[in-house]
Amino acid sequence: MHSELSARAKSLPALLPKWLRDDRRIAILVLAPSIIAVAVFIYIFMGWTLYISVSNWDRPALDLSFAGLKNWQRLVNDPRFHIDLRNLVLFAVGYMSQCIVIGFLLAALLNDRIRGEVFFRTVFLMPFAVSAVVSGTAWRWLQVPSAGINLLIANLGFENFRPLWYMHPKLGMLAITIMGAWQFSGFVMALYLAGLRAIPDELREAAVIDGAGTVALYRHVFIPMLRPVTFTAIVLTGAGSIGNFEIPSIIGTGPGFATDTLGFYMFEQTFRSSRYGLGAAVATFMLFLSIPVVLPYLISVLREEKE
Amino acid sequence: MSLNRLLVGSTKYAVLIAFAAFYLVPFYVMILTGLKPLEDISSFEIWNMPKSLDFGSFREAWNQMDSNFWNSVRITIPGAIVSTFLGSLNGYVFAKWGFRGSNVILFLFVFGMFLPGQGILIPLVWVLQFMGLYGKVNGLIMAYCIFGIPITSLLFYRYYASVPDELVDASKIDGCGFFGIYRRIILPLSGPTFAVVGVWQCTRIWNEYLMALVVLGNPARAPVTVAIKNFSSMGVIPWNLQMAAALIASVPTIAVYLLLGKLFMRGLLEGSLSG
Repeated sequence: MHSELSARAKSLPALLPKWLRDDRRIAILVLAPSIIAVAVFIYIFMGWTLYISVSNWDRPALDLSFAGLKNWQRLVNDPRFHIDLRNLVLFAVGYMSQCIVIGFLLAALLNDRIRGEVFFRTVFLMPFAVSAVVSGTAWRWLQVPSAGINLLIANLGFENFRPLWYMHPKLGMLAITIMGAWQFSGFVMALYLAGLRAIPDELREAAVIDGAGTVALYRHVFIPMLRPVTFTAIVLTGAGSIGNFEIPSIIGTGPGFATDTLGFYMFEQTFRSSRYGLGAAVATFMLFLSIPVVLPYLISVLREEKE
Repeated sequence: MSLNRLLVGSTKYAVLIAFAAFYLVPFYVMILTGLKPLEDISSFEIWNMPKSLDFGSFREAWNQMDSNFWNSVRITIPGAIVSTFLGSLNGYVFAKWGFRGSNVILFLFVFGMFLPGQGILIPLVWVLQFMGLYGKVNGLIMAYCIFGIPITSLLFYRYYASVPDELVDASKIDGCGFFGIYRRIILPLSGPTFAVVGVWQCTRIWNEYLMALVVLGNPARAPVTVAIKNFSSMGVIPWNLQMAAALIASVPTIAVYLLLGKLFMRGLLEGSLSG
């Protein structure tokens, strides 16, 4: 025993300080670069963004002198910001409900191990494998108001129903939600399907023996048991709504900013107009919006995991 | 009873097929439009079959974006490898060498991952400029490595937490240290997780757009996602080129998804914290 210990001690370079011979310290040392990188590139950067939002930096040349709430005042008084807030609500409502309703419906339909499940699952999730930029590009072509999908609608006999899609001056954002849901509803389907498959068969059998039909089964057993999945889906789609950037960047902001988003507004102010202070205010606003969406979710998930 | 069943069954399939069509139509139209020469492109003929098989648009799009495609390869591979490897080491520390406060650190990692990227863009550009990496492929790779740390650490942590502590304790008694245990116990068990995380990171980095646009906006150095954007902002919109470009950009991730769907699904479920 004694000789083994001394053999180990010899195998460590004698120059290594004593505190480094402890494996726990090595572990911390291994993690340290990542901690520093995340601390700087995520948290310090966010604090920095917050500071830039109260600085005078509104031209290409760096100017970090303190400006008070000037940029925030400008933001609050900017009509484009008001439109973007309205757009955020429109987008979140349309996108979240489509993702959750379609995702749940498709998972419920696939849950009975029907024939062709693998094919359907593969197709439903395929848009998630491509970039949002691709979604925007394809749907922009499909939603050309004078043709595209509207030709199909006309061929079905609804000649007078010609939606303007993303060109609509008020509701263009709802057309964008289709592009988002096209990509993400399959993801939500996968979450629900995994949740449904994790429900023990005995539970289902017991409910059936008690005389529950399919509807009752879903209402009283499955939907309550899937609450954590719904929570996940709400948080992911909610956070996605706030960060929405790719599609307006492809499609454009539409008539009267009808398809503009906070993310794109921030990008344009900052990197096209060099209004760094204003851009930072928008970015900080987006962070503040995201925190109450994400934080309760993470706390509840991590608490459950500990148990 | 059986008629009723038949009705329910066929309604089910009708709904599933309708949604399958919804998910496939954009791909179908991209292929259809990409196969037409420019003179046959009209939004009124979007649904018409091409008159003949013409790969001219794909050739033309490829000629304009091949360098962007290879840029994406050059960015994705090192970005995915480094962030996956870092995630494995970090996950190992979090799962098997937890110290006071390590839970809080993991929590902060994951929390940062869910916040919008706009919150860090301005300082990122500033720091990259300062380091001489702004507008350079290496700058974007570095950013992807760093912003990949939270998700990769989380995925490995969740897997390593399921490795029994007894295995680790036993090899500690055998005289293995931090790296010995990692090499002899942890790494040999990690193959599938490396595959899951690697696939997930490759897809995410390949498809990323916001940071790529800000850091590598220069058309010659940009990755494919930015190249698609550049196709779509040309004066007169060459729909055939755009669709061909979007398809070319999607081929690698769709191929990975179709070939390695199981790994992709696991990354998705674990990464959303509900696996």
